[in-house]
Amino acid sequence: METIFEKSVKGRKGVFFEKVSGDIKLDEKYIRKLDLKLPEVSELDVIRHFINLSKLNFSVDGEFYPLGSCTMKYNPKINEKLSSLKEFADLHPYLAFIDESKVQGAFEVIYEISSLLCEITGMEKITTQPYAGAHGELTGILLTAAYHKAKGNNKKYIIVPDSAHGTNPASAAMGGYSIISIPVDENGNMDINILKQKINDEVAGIMMTVPSTLGLFETNIKEIIDIAHKYDAVMYYDGANLNAILGKLRPGDIGFDIVHINLHKTFSTPHGGGGPGSGIVGVSKKLVDFLPVPLVEKENGIYKLNYDIKNSIGCVSSFFGNFLVVLKALIYILMLGKKGLIDVSEIAVLNANYLLSKLKDYYYVPYKRKCMHEFVVTAKNQLKNGVHAIDIAKYLIDNGVHPPTVYFPLVVEEAIMIEPTETESKQTLDEFTKIMINIAKLCEEDPEKIKNSPVKKVISRPDETKAARELKLKCDM
Amino acid sequence: MNFIPHTQQEIKEMLSVIGVQEIKDLFLDIKDELKPKSFNLPDGLTEYEVEKKILKMASKNKSNLLYFTGAGYYDHFIPAAVDAISSRSEFYTAYTPYQPEASQGTLQAIFEYQTMIANLTGLDYANASLYDGATALYEAIAVAVRTNNRKKILIDKGVNPIFRKVVNTYILNLSLQIIEIELNDIFTDKEKIKSLIDDETSAVVVQNPNFFGYIDDYEDLFTFAQSKGVCPILVFYPISLGILKTPREMKAEIAVAEGQCLGMPLSFGGPYLGVLAVDKKYLRKIPGRIVGETVDKNGKKAYVLTLQAREQHIKREKATSNICSNQALCALRAVVFLSLIGRQGIKELCLLNMEKANYLKEQLNKIKSIEIKSGPFFNEFTVKLKMPAIEFVKKSLNYGFFSGFPAEIFYKDKKNYLVISVTEKRTKEEIDELVKLFEKAG
Amino acid sequence: MNIKQDYFYTKEHEWANLNGNIARVGITDYAQHKLGDITYVELPAIGKKVKQGEVLNGVESVKAASDVYSPLSGEVVKVNTALENDPGLINRSPYEDGWIAEIKISDENEIKNLMTANDYMKFLGE
Repeated sequence: METIFEKSVKGRKGVFFEKVSGDIKLDEKYIRKLDLKLPEVSELDVIRHFINLSKLNFSVDGEFYPLGSCTMKYNPKINEKLSSLKEFADLHPYLAFIDESKVQGAFEVIYEISSLLCEITGMEKITTQPYAGAHGELTGILLTAAYHKAKGNNKKYIIVPDSAHGTNPASAAMGGYSIISIPVDENGNMDINILKQKINDEVAGIMMTVPSTLGLFETNIKEIIDIAHKYDAVMYYDGANLNAILGKLRPGDIGFDIVHINLHKTFSTPHGGGGPGSGIVGVSKKLVDFLPVPLVEKENGIYKLNYDIKNSIGCVSSFFGNFLVVLKALIYILMLGKKGLIDVSEIAVLNANYLLSKLKDYYYVPYKRKCMHEFVVTAKNQLKNGVHAIDIAKYLIDNGVHPPTVYFPLVVEEAIMIEPTETESKQTLDEFTKIMINIAKLCEEDPEKIKNSPVKKVISRPDETKAARELKLKCDM
Repeated sequence: MNFIPHTQQEIKEMLSVIGVQEIKDLFLDIKDELKPKSFNLPDGLTEYEVEKKILKMASKNKSNLLYFTGAGYYDHFIPAAVDAISSRSEFYTAYTPYQPEASQGTLQAIFEYQTMIANLTGLDYANASLYDGATALYEAIAVAVRTNNRKKILIDKGVNPIFRKVVNTYILNLSLQIIEIELNDIFTDKEKIKSLIDDETSAVVVQNPNFFGYIDDYEDLFTFAQSKGVCPILVFYPISLGILKTPREMKAEIAVAEGQCLGMPLSFGGPYLGVLAVDKKYLRKIPGRIVGETVDKNGKKAYVLTLQAREQHIKREKATSNICSNQALCALRAVVFLSLIGRQGIKELCLLNMEKANYLKEQLNKIKSIEIKSGPFFNEFTVKLKMPAIEFVKKSLNYGFFSGFPAEIFYKDKKNYLVISVTEKRTKEEIDELVKLFEKAG
Repeated sequence: MNIKQDYFYTKEHEWANLNGNIARVGITDYAQHKLGDITYVELPAIGKKVKQGEVLNGVESVKAASDVYSPLSGEVVKVNTALENDPGLINRSPYEDGWIAEIKISDENEIKNLMTANDYMKFLGE
């Protein structure tokens, strides 16, 4: 498809403004001399261009999207409708600093979701500031550092399992720590014996995902938490897989000190093609005094801002985080209620186990356990025919299914991680199973068909080496 | 209510395929001692019950004010076509474009966004977005530090105080030193900044127009900084680059901005848009996603995420940043916005802003009790009142005006200073009404 | 996997080819195969001093990034600037045209810490 620049015609306009006298008295030295190359297109040009681009995308609304670790569940449309209300969308954040009585509705949203998420996760207090999961992780690392500094502890390391999502070590490093990585054992659990060897007084915290990124419940989690606390290491819960345990386990109850929640995963806010998301963070009593300011509190039925957080780390975002995203999550939680949230985990786990049962005879399963809301299979059985996980992924695209996550977690070779989510019906799962079984057959009978895919899409197998070697990162002018 | 389609019959069938009796047999790994201590949540609501509840909350917000408050976050016109595109579910319910064959729409839109930001700033490359302007400033500083391995950063106090607060939070466990330079009243003191640059300085950061609305030319300062191996970073106001000297022309090597003005509603603080553009020498050190152009196996033009080896999923603790989800849908809004406004439109938009702001300034000039700070400005300027500015602003809220930003909120010594912005959305009548409010208060 | 008989090897899949007190270093055929198409080589600075086993520089491919560890201690005296425009040289010719740097070695005794070609073959076989 042509770029929007290639559709430009000199003099064309997309927006019309009132007349200007054009008579600005600004000294030449402040004025731009560089030519400004923006398109010159009509509104119809713009609409057609982007509508046609949108047709090239897969999306949850269009296709089954079993991406492991992403929780691509259905995004309710009521979320979109209500978050575009002008009383929310057109509300200036600075109003909160001038006259709190004018923003009571917005404060109520923040306060309500904070209370609900505290109850859901068993944490004491919440900040809505983090803009995404990784941002929540960094916030957690900063809270950890502040906690240890206040106690005069000399801490240098963060422990992560080697199955951890890359953002875990990256966040720890951004926060000034070095990483100690603990391997996963043959049951898919973090190896507790190696943990016991490696942990020491210089460990500031341990970051865990439960269930793990392999979709398996971390059976030693209580023991891990006890070990950590013995060394005054903070326990961090990466909420990426919270969809598996709603109502079944609360991280705060079992001893986690910090939790981040991906609203765009568990709580149905849309992924947006890569954001905006939200990585709300909850903390235990131990860390409440370090939370970023301001917090929203309630006194005598009135909502107000509290800046009086004793050892606050400061601010990690401009105001209250991605507020409109937070609002969408609140709507979802209110709709589902207690029973709805429990159903989410039960059906998410049911769906994943159902798929696992049907696929295990065709695809190699590295860990022989019941999975939770997602599971990992590999392309091991297909390698002998020269077919890799990436080839299976591309063939699925031709069959109108977005591929599962491939090559993550890194601890499993040729990993294919499948997370159906609870909003997918048995019919969709059966369809998917049929396609996957057919792929396994084709790998034996006609592997070239898989290796040459996709053939039905507008492009096929872009040359990523060329993209990285011959950098072309903007349109030709 | 919920969004689960399963019938009881289907659940039974599925359980039997799995080989268990009940759903709770799938949770046996979670021992009793790990079960929740409580799960006291309210019962679920129907869609129309939730709507009622949310509408009630909405009614407690006062959003229908005439905004003369900017200070970094502006009430600009957002063409209806922007919403029309960003509300297409093919865009907003899509995932990150890791599988290029399934996401050419998102990838090409981001590629066009990157191009427009590079063209706007005059710099070589832009990334696919960061969270907001404040966190983008931290990331820019991190790029400088990563490149020259120095530890001292000079930040002018004319830079948005919210940005500075976030930067100071981010570095609390790092061995970096932030030095903030005092303003000369509300103007950036270039000589002072220059005098503080030494060979331990990693980067120098200024904002144009600054937080109080005033424009300056930082080319000399930045040229000097470059001669000392210091990275010049400019915080800019995207719309203003339709007319103002670009970061490139000022010799900035990295430019960051709050991109909210490019088609994001005020949203009570988010989602916004972190904009980052750099000189090519920093390309491999920058955070965030980048879309590149290539060809596919049949020679067809194709877009892909590229230079991924910088990112967390590959380099893990050695990554240039931990960022994963960014603000992709907001970048989409920005590219649609900039496409609609276009090359001519952005100039007109700037002139309109300046004309209206200038009109307000001239009317306020007639009021004896108001001192107007003199200096070149874009669409925002500062006045000194005879009373604390926050009182005036509070009172004018009741007349339907958010009449400016009281500087005291961030600058304790500037109690009577008010930062007023006028965008294209303000009419002559609205401006005249505001002037009357000032007259009454005087 | 290709191996050069008279080179020395490390467990991290680097090789060293000695010529007097200058060691030319690079990564092995196994390493380049594992990395895939190399897209960028961050060449070390001339004059950089390294110890045996310390990070010399980095290489990146489309899907991976790897540190190259110095097989011997010494000072970098020359780098293969051809890799700036053609990082793929490492893939096509890992032992010859794809060399990364030349190091003036500081301690000859360190050579005994390295594997011979036969040792490396065995090591790969494991």
